[in-house]
Amino acid sequence: MESAATYFSGFSPNDLWFLGEAALRTLWISFWAISIGSILGIFLGLALSISRLLAFTLGTILDIFRSVPLIIQLVLFFNFAPIIGLRLNPFEAGLIVLTVYTSAYVANVARAGIEAVGIPMRRAARSLGMNYWQDLRYVVWPIGLRAVLPAWVGVALGVLKDSALVSILGYVELLKASQILMTRTQEAILVLSIAGAFYFALSYPISYYATRLEQRWSE
Amino acid sequence: MIKITNLHKQYGELEVLKGIDLEVPKGEVLSVIGSSGSGKSTLLYCINGLEPIQKGQIIVDDIDVHASDTNLNSVRQNMGMVFQQWNSFPHLTVLENVALAPKIVSKLSKSDALEIAEKQLRHVGLGDKLSQYPSALSGGQQQRLAIARALAMEPKCMLFDEATSALDPELVGEVLDTIRLLADEGMTMICVTHEMGFAREVSDRVAFFHEGKIEEINQAEKLFGSPKSKYLQKFLSKVKT
Repeated sequence: MESAATYFSGFSPNDLWFLGEAALRTLWISFWAISIGSILGIFLGLALSISRLLAFTLGTILDIFRSVPLIIQLVLFFNFAPIIGLRLNPFEAGLIVLTVYTSAYVANVARAGIEAVGIPMRRAARSLGMNYWQDLRYVVWPIGLRAVLPAWVGVALGVLKDSALVSILGYVELLKASQILMTRTQEAILVLSIAGAFYFALSYPISYYATRLEQRWSE
Repeated sequence: MIKITNLHKQYGELEVLKGIDLEVPKGEVLSVIGSSGSGKSTLLYCINGLEPIQKGQIIVDDIDVHASDTNLNSVRQNMGMVFQQWNSFPHLTVLENVALAPKIVSKLSKSDALEIAEKQLRHVGLGDKLSQYPSALSGGQQQRLAIARALAMEPKCMLFDEATSALDPELVGEVLDTIRLLADEGMTMICVTHEMGFAREVSDRVAFFHEGKIEEINQAEKLFGSPKSKYLQKFLSKVKT
């Protein structure tokens, strides 16, 4: 005879486990979106830096993904994907949208990094007999990365937090799990505080490691 | 060694080189002088293929640099280039700066690359800076680093593009001394320069560029001593060595 109590029951240790699992899903979708999106973004950034025409056309397309709110992109893509015959679950749809979103931002970061290296430096590298890819790998990459690592970290942390929006597709990541628990426990402050702590725990290593890396480089 | 025939180069509508004919035999030091915008630097960029050309031919060591089937990377390995800006790689130590290209381009083993790098750095007088980063070096030292970096590829000729123009006056001497050292060793060189005293002293021949053409070319003493072209006379009166 506990039917009423099943709707609302207090926060229990099991719920912490539930949130922890959800945090792993946030980490999972963010990790792949940031990784694939960054690799994609680096090549897009390279394309942006090659020709003006490309920078204009491709840049405009990428601007769409940077300008339209992520939540609208998610809803549109999730609902229109079936029309073009794509059967995607919330994770897949969310991952695709997040990845493209990440790549649009990283593309501009990467372009800034390439431009920071500059034509004279690259000519010097080429004049030593390096081919295009050696120049990219041994000169542009290390110098550009140092220039724009803080900007990339900003993008990565942004995507990690923005992944919360995938909850509206029904993917049970950290925010969605918190909403479920809040409805059941009616303990919003406690649940959101824990969720916030999880987000911090996921983000902190990225910024900590980046700061360490910058310190090492500046020595 | 370097043979240029009827070279034309345009940037869009702007014709920078209007038919250059030039031959630099092995072991010669040729200085190129002239006012800004006369096409001196562009010539060097065309010689090592950093800029495409519209007409003419550049032959370096029997290889047509701008032929479509030429591997520019291997051409450039035989041709060291030093720029106005020294462009040292800021993330690498002085030693690594010089060892990088021998390692990845010439595919030398790491120890061989380091060995040749150290040899060239001692050659230009930077033997005590091996483990420093370029940021700790003066402009003159960084330019000598750039020279060592080019020499480490064991090039057959060297191209200097206003190598001392970006330097503070008190640092010019050490870089010129290094270039002079190479001249004494018999390196084939083309030096685009604003240092008239240096050009006169070190060069076998000097070419005066005016509006995309070689206005006058002669042995250094003759060119400076009895200039024929009125443009050259005007130019020399302005720069007054």
